[in-house]
Amino acid sequence: MTDVKKHVEIEKLASGIDGLDQICQGGLPKGRSTLISGTAGSGKTVLAAQFLIKGLENWGEKGVLVSFEERPQDMIHNVSAFGWNFQETVDKGDISIIDATPVAGEVTVEAGRYDLAALMARIEYVITQTGAKRVAIDAISALFPQFSDHQMVRQELQRVVNGLRELDVTTIITMEREAEDGQIARFGVEEFVTDNVLLLRNRLEAEKRRRTIEVLKFRGTAHHKGEFPFTIDEQEGVTIMPLSAMELTQKSSETRISSGVRELDIMCGGGMFRDSIVLISGATGTGKTLMVTEFMKSAVEKKERSLLFAFEESRYQLIRNARSWGIDYEEAERQGYLRIICSYPESKGLEDHLIYIQREIDKFKPTRIAVDSLSALERVSTLKSFREFVIGITSFVKQREMAGMFTNTTAMLMGGESVTETHISTITDSIILLRYVELHGEMHRGVTVLKMRGSWHDKYIREYVVGEHGMEIKDAFQGVAGILAGNPVYTYRDERSQLKQMFDEPDA
Amino acid sequence: MKTIVLRLYLTGQSAYGLEARSNLRALIKEFTDYNFELEVLDVLEDPQMAIEDKVIATPTLIKRQPLPTCRIVGDLSDKARVVRALSLRAADEIQPGTE
Repeated sequence: MTDVKKHVEIEKLASGIDGLDQICQGGLPKGRSTLISGTAGSGKTVLAAQFLIKGLENWGEKGVLVSFEERPQDMIHNVSAFGWNFQETVDKGDISIIDATPVAGEVTVEAGRYDLAALMARIEYVITQTGAKRVAIDAISALFPQFSDHQMVRQELQRVVNGLRELDVTTIITMEREAEDGQIARFGVEEFVTDNVLLLRNRLEAEKRRRTIEVLKFRGTAHHKGEFPFTIDEQEGVTIMPLSAMELTQKSSETRISSGVRELDIMCGGGMFRDSIVLISGATGTGKTLMVTEFMKSAVEKKERSLLFAFEESRYQLIRNARSWGIDYEEAERQGYLRIICSYPESKGLEDHLIYIQREIDKFKPTRIAVDSLSALERVSTLKSFREFVIGITSFVKQREMAGMFTNTTAMLMGGESVTETHISTITDSIILLRYVELHGEMHRGVTVLKMRGSWHDKYIREYVVGEHGMEIKDAFQGVAGILAGNPVYTYRDERSQLKQMFDEPDA
Repeated sequence: MKTIVLRLYLTGQSAYGLEARSNLRALIKEFTDYNFELEVLDVLEDPQMAIEDKVIATPTLIKRQPLPTCRIVGDLSDKARVVRALSLRAADEIQPGTE
């Protein structure tokens, strides 16, 4: 009846792997095979095993793992390192392992023509016996050295791929490649599984390992292009950060919250928005950490939770300083309104920091977070991964509808801008600058709201002092220009007005 | 008389399988000094056995006895290789005193 051929978009199967489904726009092509190619140690096997485990965890879909390289016991052992109870899964028969590794200590002689029909027969048998929906075929490159006729192996693998398609299972096939660029896979494998190809890379950039995944092609169906960073950790296995594929779908809130400094709230037109990101930028000693402390304090006083990620100061230092500014961090932590996490920027890669921060946020569920400082993290990364980190954390914070305060240390004491600023200023909603101002041979401090998305804000540069009770914002600097540039120029017309302005309280 | 225990895996009625079967039968006829015990299995009917024996290619001939075991893949058309792999010796080659 319906002989009319329509162009039908291939259905996708959600993999259940964080981030993969976003960059694949829904998942892997359902009922098809997807080739995952990468150099040794790029995470292919973990991804393949995770595909099966997530299918089982989320949808109760059974899986079959065909291993050409690792023996089932080694496979179970290695995969269990990721916190998955793989042994139990295998024992229960939810995931079956087909051992296609060469028999140890046995000589194989070739005498005449043959094919790999037995391999397909075994896979088919296990799939039909268990009703598996997902198949992972790991390290098919290991099959080639076992047989002298590579053309035959390629043909037979093509037969396996076709057979799996008829069985309506979604398959991941991993394959080793020799270099990060060039030929997709060894032994000309790309000739037969050409429809869907994912590339995993593990490059050394500026002395840092950077893992990325790229959807090279998905025949007949949409996907995001380019490389996306990912991490492998012992809790979740592979986590992909779909940064540029993220959609700006967060609704923005009209609710304002206090920054903790009353005058600053006024300068911002009534406080910061509940789901916005504020960047505090200033030279060392200008009071960035103090602003963070005020921000945390304000939440604690309202009995809201806040989470502080500190990358510059130790826990002890933070607690001591906070106490001198009128907040007992330890007590707040005991009451459960605050959590302080101190770590060295160098302790892990930026991608891992991001995953860690996201997990801690989801665990603690704060209404505010602060990162002190972003520039400390910038030190240990490449520009590209730093930018991705900032985009990642910003959109995550917004999705959770939290307020975020990030600090940034500028290199120059007076004026100037840092690399961090220029790279993340477009991403944050508000920027507050703290600057040293030299006036008549004295050091003063100036604060200004440079940008406040979606709101009126004060345009003056105001003086502030770091007093006993924290930050105190005073009036605007009058009669001086060029503060932000770092070389103030006095603009008094005559001595009389200079004297007048020096002693009179100017109107704000 | 020396006993050789063999297991041959085939896939259905495939040409390679039929070929292997007839080649093996000819071999058994030729080497009359041995007592061959042959078991023929179809991977489509006995996949469980193929799993246990970790068979990937068909035809596969496994020499189970005497040890060490060995496996030969292919339609057994390369007779010289099969003979060597199974360590078979023609009747006139067998020296008195050896088993």
